[in-house]
Amino acid sequence: MRRSSPGSLRRAFQPWNDPNAKPLIEFRGVTKRFGSVTAVSEVSLSLYRREFFALLGPSGCGKTTLMRMLAGFEQPDAGEILLDGVDITAVPPHLRPVNMMFQSYALFPHLSVADNIAYGLKREGLPRAEIARRVAEMLALVKLDGLGKRRPDQLSGGQRQRVALARALAKRPKLLLLDEPMAALDRKLREATQFELMDLQSELGTTFMVVTHDQDEAMTMADRMAVMDHGGLVQIGPPDVIYEAPVNRYVAEFVGDINVLEGKVVAVEGDLVRIETALAGMVELDEEAPALSIGAAVLVGLRPEKIDLSHDEPAQSFNKVAGEIWDIGYLGDVTMIQVMVGGDSGRLIKVALTNRTRRAARPFAWEDRVWLSWDIEAGLVLPR
Amino acid sequence: MKRLGPGLILALVVGFAFLYLPILALVAYSFNASRLVTVWGGFSTHWYGALLSNQPLLDAAWLSLRLAFVSATLATGLGALAALALARHGRFRGRLLFSGMVLAPLVMPEVITGLSLLLLFVAVDVERGFWTVTIAHATFSLGFACIVVQARLAGFDRSLEEAARDLGATPLVTFWTVTLPLIWPAVAAAWMLAFTLSLDDLVIASFTTGPGATTLPMRLYSAIRLGVSPEINAACTLMIGAVALAVIAASLLLKRGQAVGG
Repeated sequence: MRRSSPGSLRRAFQPWNDPNAKPLIEFRGVTKRFGSVTAVSEVSLSLYRREFFALLGPSGCGKTTLMRMLAGFEQPDAGEILLDGVDITAVPPHLRPVNMMFQSYALFPHLSVADNIAYGLKREGLPRAEIARRVAEMLALVKLDGLGKRRPDQLSGGQRQRVALARALAKRPKLLLLDEPMAALDRKLREATQFELMDLQSELGTTFMVVTHDQDEAMTMADRMAVMDHGGLVQIGPPDVIYEAPVNRYVAEFVGDINVLEGKVVAVEGDLVRIETALAGMVELDEEAPALSIGAAVLVGLRPEKIDLSHDEPAQSFNKVAGEIWDIGYLGDVTMIQVMVGGDSGRLIKVALTNRTRRAARPFAWEDRVWLSWDIEAGLVLPR
Repeated sequence: MKRLGPGLILALVVGFAFLYLPILALVAYSFNASRLVTVWGGFSTHWYGALLSNQPLLDAAWLSLRLAFVSATLATGLGALAALALARHGRFRGRLLFSGMVLAPLVMPEVITGLSLLLLFVAVDVERGFWTVTIAHATFSLGFACIVVQARLAGFDRSLEEAARDLGATPLVTFWTVTLPLIWPAVAAAWMLAFTLSLDDLVIASFTTGPGATTLPMRLYSAIRLGVSPEINAACTLMIGAVALAVIAASLLLKRGQAVGG
């Protein structure tokens, strides 16, 4: 039942912008401390029905703790967690309509694949025929038909991941939690699995929350994502907003590559902002409704793929700087070039060039003198 | 395969001879036709037959088996619970004290354990017999059971239990359907260990028993004081066989548990 383009539906799906939408999950000022360490501090967050939400952050940022509180394995020290408007803070894990796929998969080694999937259904006390029917349905859903009699240790890593997924989905939870779901898979399998997971999610309509430290994974799958740092949410938004309009340097550097230049605002005319930078001279950029005052110290962020490279000086009078090629990294699809700007003791600026043809001589070589230039739509302003 | 030099092989042979020659001699003389223990009078299974008609000895053996069964069950239950507390509840207050107190009987001289239990039983004025010995045996084999189960729990993936809770199992159901099936080889091994410890014990049983409750080791010991008879050799041979079987079964169980549970 694959839709021709789930993506088009995804684009229309924005309950977080609808003031009348009722959230499925609500964190209200949730704080969790372990001894003297505050793992999660004052987090308020709403998840909506059918949403695919990703929590992104480095290890130790509190994302796993936040998820474990949702599953009921940790109790918040302050604040409350609501599901469908009902406070579930004190509800024990086995009574929550929330299921989790564990990072280690946590398949029961003494049970067969079918018994693993049936485990939650048996706890519900469903009749045997119903359990058998649902197990078969789940096995088909994750494309493991015929493997029900195997033991977990007779499966490959990818198959085990599917069993874990089927087991967590078998109870038809309102919310599925996925803890680093792809961490144990190799790269090719990971990519395929990401798309399968998205299809599965839009097919079932279950709300998914995935915790990951892998930004590609979060950006590919999520409708919205939250970037966490030191127990707090730094920014919440759709992946493109997080990438193109990060709220600060931490988000900008954690999600994707970025070059950051220090500067000072010299002019604001409508949406047009002029910033004088020490390294690249005058930078002009287009910012929607900038709330910037003249003379404010700011940072200019430039994503590597938004910078052009040329041997000749570009015609424009700003948004350009000269440098010397320091390093070239060929990655196949793109070439990462590091350009030293501002003399030998200056700064390295990363530029990403797409390799659009196969055998053309590489236009740039080590120690070439080159010009970097960019569009007024390329740069973004970050607070210093 | 590394080959052993002649020196090492000699050391090995001497070492094993020191350990097992007396037992082998005992087993061999249990098949002696002669009434004199030190004189070989030809092969015979006569003494095993005589054993079967020695009612006091059979009574003692039956008592020892029942006693070992009950005390091993008690010790394994309590030891497994202690192991769960130690492995599961992290650093609770008094953890070191708790584990020390559970494991202390392992290193306590048996005479002291036996004497202190005797004093306790006298103080509370219980009639000494089957149950006092059972409690005494459970007390000292509990530590062994705890260690065996704890070792198994140390390698246990806790997310398995969390997964069970997440899928709707209460803590008790989680224990019965996930924890216990995965640690049962260790629990069974602990039980067998406790069983053989009880079956072997002479010192503590002597202290804590009363009239009418004579265990097999006690019966054998008192028989020896009247002179060693080949009948005793036969009884001991059977006991060695039983204990060896139990120990081998226990170690096989532990090994299998490691292979399955991982």
